[in-house]
Amino acid sequence: MEKYRCTVCGYIYDPQVGDVDRGIAAGTSFESLPADWVCPDCGVGKDMFEKA
Amino acid sequence: MKIQLADNVFWVGVVDWNVKNFHGHTFTTGRGTTYNAYLIVDEKITLVDTVYGPFSGELIEKVREIIPPEKIDYIVANHVETDHSGAMPAIMKLCPKAKVFGTAKCKEGLYKHYYGDWDFQVIKTGDILKLGKRTLSFIEAPMLHWPDSMFTYVKEDQILLPNDAFGQHYATSFRFDDEVDQGVLMDEAAKYYANILWPFSALVVKKIEDVQKMGIPIKIIAPSHGIIWRKDPIKIVNAYSSWGKNETKKKIIIVYETMWGSTEKMARKIAEGITTAGVEFKFFDINSSDRTEIVKEMLGAKGFLVGSSTHDNDMLPNIAGFLEFLKGLKPKNRIAGVFGSFGWAGGAVKNIENDLKDVGVEIAQPSLDVQYVPSEGELKKCFEFGKTFADKMEV
Repeated sequence: MEKYRCTVCGYIYDPQVGDVDRGIAAGTSFESLPADWVCPDCGVGKDMFEKA
Repeated sequence: MKIQLADNVFWVGVVDWNVKNFHGHTFTTGRGTTYNAYLIVDEKITLVDTVYGPFSGELIEKVREIIPPEKIDYIVANHVETDHSGAMPAIMKLCPKAKVFGTAKCKEGLYKHYYGDWDFQVIKTGDILKLGKRTLSFIEAPMLHWPDSMFTYVKEDQILLPNDAFGQHYATSFRFDDEVDQGVLMDEAAKYYANILWPFSALVVKKIEDVQKMGIPIKIIAPSHGIIWRKDPIKIVNAYSSWGKNETKKKIIIVYETMWGSTEKMARKIAEGITTAGVEFKFFDINSSDRTEIVKEMLGAKGFLVGSSTHDNDMLPNIAGFLEFLKGLKPKNRIAGVFGSFGWAGGAVKNIENDLKDVGVEIAQPSLDVQYVPSEGELKKCFEFGKTFADKMEV
């Protein structure tokens, strides 16, 4: 599973870590994040991410 | 009267004296606001941003004093939000062949607002647009404060048009920084930053560094709200830099909600303790205060003290709403303390602690929770609570 970078603030989504604070379990791929998931740091949507 | 920033660069905005609530009810605009649009008269006549929709007619008349609005060739949309794009449909009706410039996100966003079939050219950072004698260049500024946000730079006149960045909700009969009271101006600029841009502080700092690295000389900063910075543009850049780094001073904000006055008694005693320590503080009963103002005061404050009575095993509803708003602002490098009162079982203090953890501030000392009405001994503890907290104000 690949990591993704927020093109706005540089936050890296690491599927091995997930986003536990927002209920995203470790092991969740970027593709399977819900459509309304947003960057924890700056709030933009998934469409502003690219492969890291 | 025609107002010029430079030869043939005109302010064609609108002053909205009467608006007292902005963005729904997220921002109280006691001093009103302005929607600044700029007209550049060159071989290609260019309008940078428009105004809020209800003021479309006034914008068009301002343009007409200078040139027939039908002659506009280019419209630069720095930001999708309706207070700046609201007059686009009216303008596009007058000059349907005008070409619109903005970011990719701006294109999507404008379509989802107005559903117009407009000739739109997507631009990116570094793109250049020749107007004739003048050249525009563009700097994408995503999340300052929407994904579509962008700055426009007029090279020959050294004017930066950063849209909402560096703005203030401040209606006056003047347009420039050298014409108004500096205290009021900076107060409104801080209020704007705290309530709108605070969550994006890391991006603010990075964008300022990026622009500084580009080495473009800036003589005038002309935002989309309020006063234009022509005398001292670096003043607001320095302020943004400091706010962006979450720099604070020794200052405490007490904010509380009370039911029958016990929590207020505690708050007053805590304030006495802070006074003894000689530290500046501000004191807000959430129900007689303006949230926008409290948030502005918090921007430069190291310490937050939050209190509430317990009601239905929880904090009172208006302090809860306040903490929810504060959470979205993502303040950094602050410390906090919690106090409250209860009848038979608590709840407020614990839930405020949890909310403050979500806000991202550190609880610096054990909370104070008092049953019914504080005794003399308990009031003494409140005094000590304030004094101890004030002593922690190392910045």
